[in-house]
Amino acid sequence: MNIPPELKYTKDHEWVRIEDNVATVGITDFAQGELGDIVYVEVETLDETLDREEVFGTVEAVKTVSDLFQPLSGEIIAFNESLEDEPEKVNSDPYGEGWMVKIRLSEPSEIEDLLSAGDYKELIGA
Amino acid sequence: MKNTALTETHKALGAKIVPFAGYNMPVSYDGVNLEHETVRKGVGVFDVSHMGEFLIEGPKALELIQKVSSNDASKLTIGKAQYSCLPNETGGIVDDLIIYRIKEETYLLVVNASNIEKDWAHISKYNETLGADLRNISDDYSLLAIQGPKAVAAMQSLTSVDLSQIKFYNFVVADFAGIDYVIISATGYTGSGGFEVYCKNNEVQQIWEKVLEAGEGFGIKPIGLAARDTLRLEMGYCLYGNDIDETTSPIEAGLGWITKFNKDFVNAENLAKEKERGPERKLVGFQLEDRGIPRQGYDIVDGQGRKIGSVTSGTMSPSLGKGIGLGYVPLIFSETGSKLHIQIRKNAVPATVVRLPFYKSQ
Repeated sequence: MNIPPELKYTKDHEWVRIEDNVATVGITDFAQGELGDIVYVEVETLDETLDREEVFGTVEAVKTVSDLFQPLSGEIIAFNESLEDEPEKVNSDPYGEGWMVKIRLSEPSEIEDLLSAGDYKELIGA
Repeated sequence: MKNTALTETHKALGAKIVPFAGYNMPVSYDGVNLEHETVRKGVGVFDVSHMGEFLIEGPKALELIQKVSSNDASKLTIGKAQYSCLPNETGGIVDDLIIYRIKEETYLLVVNASNIEKDWAHISKYNETLGADLRNISDDYSLLAIQGPKAVAAMQSLTSVDLSQIKFYNFVVADFAGIDYVIISATGYTGSGGFEVYCKNNEVQQIWEKVLEAGEGFGIKPIGLAARDTLRLEMGYCLYGNDIDETTSPIEAGLGWITKFNKDFVNAENLAKEKERGPERKLVGFQLEDRGIPRQGYDIVDGQGRKIGSVTSGTMSPSLGKGIGLGYVPLIFSETGSKLHIQIRKNAVPATVVRLPFYKSQ
């Protein structure tokens, strides 16, 4: 199970990479493994400003549809459009080419509420 | 939750196991898309031992089968199988099934796992006055489906019969993988050819191992239920509980071809009337014209956003790379080429009614 120590995590199995005031977000290795083959990633909230825990998109595996939750409040400033044609990148490289959105943070203090790699590891019992 | 005789074997292979129809079943091993492609282009093996098996024997066997099933079982000669359904008394379907004529007065009925008890009660009710010998052998028998264009070549070394000579919906009782009497049936739920093999529970481990061994050079893989579903849906095959149920008639489900009115059967009179006047709605296959995946229960809407039906099965077709689905729509929307919309969350995604199957095998 790959849980990079430098990233932050949520209980919804998303990872967050903070650079300056921008958070890059994807789903964890554990999440992609549980979902199986990802066949569709839908994000229609580009340029929208959403509160923490609001739904920003949907990830679909062969048999399941799962909501994607905003890990931190802010504006969605980028969507990884390459996932429209190659959603399988979420399976093959969840922390790299499988990133989903970038969020410009409006409440940076929320970062403190995210899980560390150690916390997340404990959450999934890895 | 019941196990099949192979559940531990699947776990050892790293399968993801899920409860399905009362059984712990392998849903996938290596990933659904890879498994799907393996069956479309090579050969794969499924453990589908959850399926139910009833034996009906004796001088009244055919009469009972003719009464409860919609297809004409009198057409079955020994060694032939037939797709059929059990109509209920109120216009719907109790189950769909395959009927095998094993001997002169011996028939095997293969039913859906989730319906075993219901079907048993239904058939038993009609057997009260007939008294055919009816046995539920579901817990004693296993079923492997060996499917794909390379199935014949991959499995030939396991049997003395010429597998290439078994025609579609025919079967033989023969030696297979070192077991003397096994039903080898040229049937399946994938549209890619191959066999289904019925054996006793205590024989299935040996057969499973020999099948994987014989298929090794052909790239055989174990295939889970998730790929079974995408494979059947690409063919437009109905799944009981999704596309057909107690409220859908065989006529509107496009199963008129297995509903034969040259004989009497449960609710035949009403179904004949429905066929004559035409059903009000029809089960159609549709393909999305835009990105998205239709899912069971999503609304089918017209150009004005009015609901005209529901999706009964839907998926991202691994072979076509498009969203495909089945659903019931009013007759005026049922012609090939008709424009529909599928309500996917906030969007009404355009879709077109297409002729089935979605996927045409080479």
